[in-house]
Amino acid sequence: MAGKDAGSPGRRRFIERCVALAGSSGVVGLLLAAHGRQAAALPAWAIRPPGALAEEDFAAACVRCGLCVQACPFDILELAPLGRAVPLGTPYFVARQAPCEMCADIPCVAACPTEALSKALDHIEDARMGIAVFTGADTCYAVTGFAECRACFMACPLRGRAITMERRHSESRGYFQPTVHPDACTGCGKCEHACATVEASIKVLPVALARHDPRAP
Amino acid sequence: MRRRGVLARHRWLIMRRLVQCGLLALFMAGPWLGIWWLKGNLASSVILDTVALSDPLIVLQSLAAGQGRGLAAIGGALTVLAIYLVIGGRSYCAWVCPINPLTDVAAGLRSRLGLGPGWQPSRRMRLWILAALLPFSAVTGLIVWELVNPITILQRGLVFGMGLGWTVVLAVFLFDLLVSRRGWCSHLCPVGAFYGLVGKAAVLRVNAAGRAACTDCGACFRVCPEPQVIAPALKPADAAATPVILSGDCINCGRCIDVCDDKVFEFGLRRVTQRKPAGEIVGGSPKGSAR
Repeated sequence: MAGKDAGSPGRRRFIERCVALAGSSGVVGLLLAAHGRQAAALPAWAIRPPGALAEEDFAAACVRCGLCVQACPFDILELAPLGRAVPLGTPYFVARQAPCEMCADIPCVAACPTEALSKALDHIEDARMGIAVFTGADTCYAVTGFAECRACFMACPLRGRAITMERRHSESRGYFQPTVHPDACTGCGKCEHACATVEASIKVLPVALARHDPRAP
Repeated sequence: MRRRGVLARHRWLIMRRLVQCGLLALFMAGPWLGIWWLKGNLASSVILDTVALSDPLIVLQSLAAGQGRGLAAIGGALTVLAIYLVIGGRSYCAWVCPINPLTDVAAGLRSRLGLGPGWQPSRRMRLWILAALLPFSAVTGLIVWELVNPITILQRGLVFGMGLGWTVVLAVFLFDLLVSRRGWCSHLCPVGAFYGLVGKAAVLRVNAAGRAACTDCGACFRVCPEPQVIAPALKPADAAATPVILSGDCINCGRCIDVCDDKVFEFGLRRVTQRKPAGEIVGGSPKGSAR
């Protein structure tokens, strides 16, 4: 404090106060940022609407306005309230409860004011909301032989392309196994919703989780 | 001095509460009643499927985070900015924000309980928090304030489902009630600080054009959530100074107009100059006879 300006008590107090304020707001900001980073991951059961940007970009683009939620004619979308594992205020659906009905005009994307749901998505069949994954080697009725079930196959909007029933053989018998083709799967969740087992034997996962790629939705 | 009726003393307060509730009702009428005049929420909305509105601070943070390029969002944010440049920046706080009624109640309860001012951080604190939002959004790639913003948590909760959002709202209420008088809205909230900056250029302002009639009763200072804004307009050192409340901190709530028995305050334009017949009022004292 050699300078006479910095030494004057009024000015010095002002500087001290500024430093204190900047410091405290900096700490608050860092806490926020840490909390936000943690909040920017999607749990396995939450699927973004069609056209959603990669999760990292989505967190910056989505303003949490809910226009997509209100545009959905089937009312499947929800904005995550505080306390849900989904990043606060962002839209998602739970395929097991209500899957995407794959509207041809994609009203949720049309309603999005920020491009968080990208308008580059013209055809709903190009959507990659998630990837269906067969998890029921020991539960699926068709595989275990409990019933001749093909509910997931019948429910798939891209039947024969995204899901096929592939002939397999065990030692004792032949059976058909639901088989997902990720290149065609939109992640709509119809298969998971239709699955007849108590816990679904086929599940849609967020692409980022299924592919371990944070750049994917 | 004869007191005016209860209605007259709460005119702007009642109108304000009607507007606040009305806006909330418009947003809630969609999901609850199927009347879709207003879609979305305070972050971004659409009026009658034609006019897009967006919160400029949220869009700014989104842009800082490297996104937010949607035309509707940017156009909507500019529309909202234009609106508040006309009706006064922090009119948002007094007339739109759903947290405001809660912190008003907290402040009222606090004074009734005789709790005093409590912890009073600098009113500039909110500007620092505001200043931190954009760099932090840029660094983290997040719309930082939306992780905690009690305004959108409450309003989104009412329209789309509350979850545990009420805890944040309760925390703000208790903070204002028990820790700091008017602590949230007048000291910490960066959304208010942002609209305060807009208010520095806004057209609609409260003025003390009738300041010559002031009887120094102090009612306006006691009721005002930002009392520091009043003195420069009401009691200027220079008698020729403008009577307009120029500070962006003024939230255009009109409570000073309500509580003043001497008709000192009124809404007017930024360019309004002192009511010239001030001298007459003092000299002839037409109001004096009414008292």
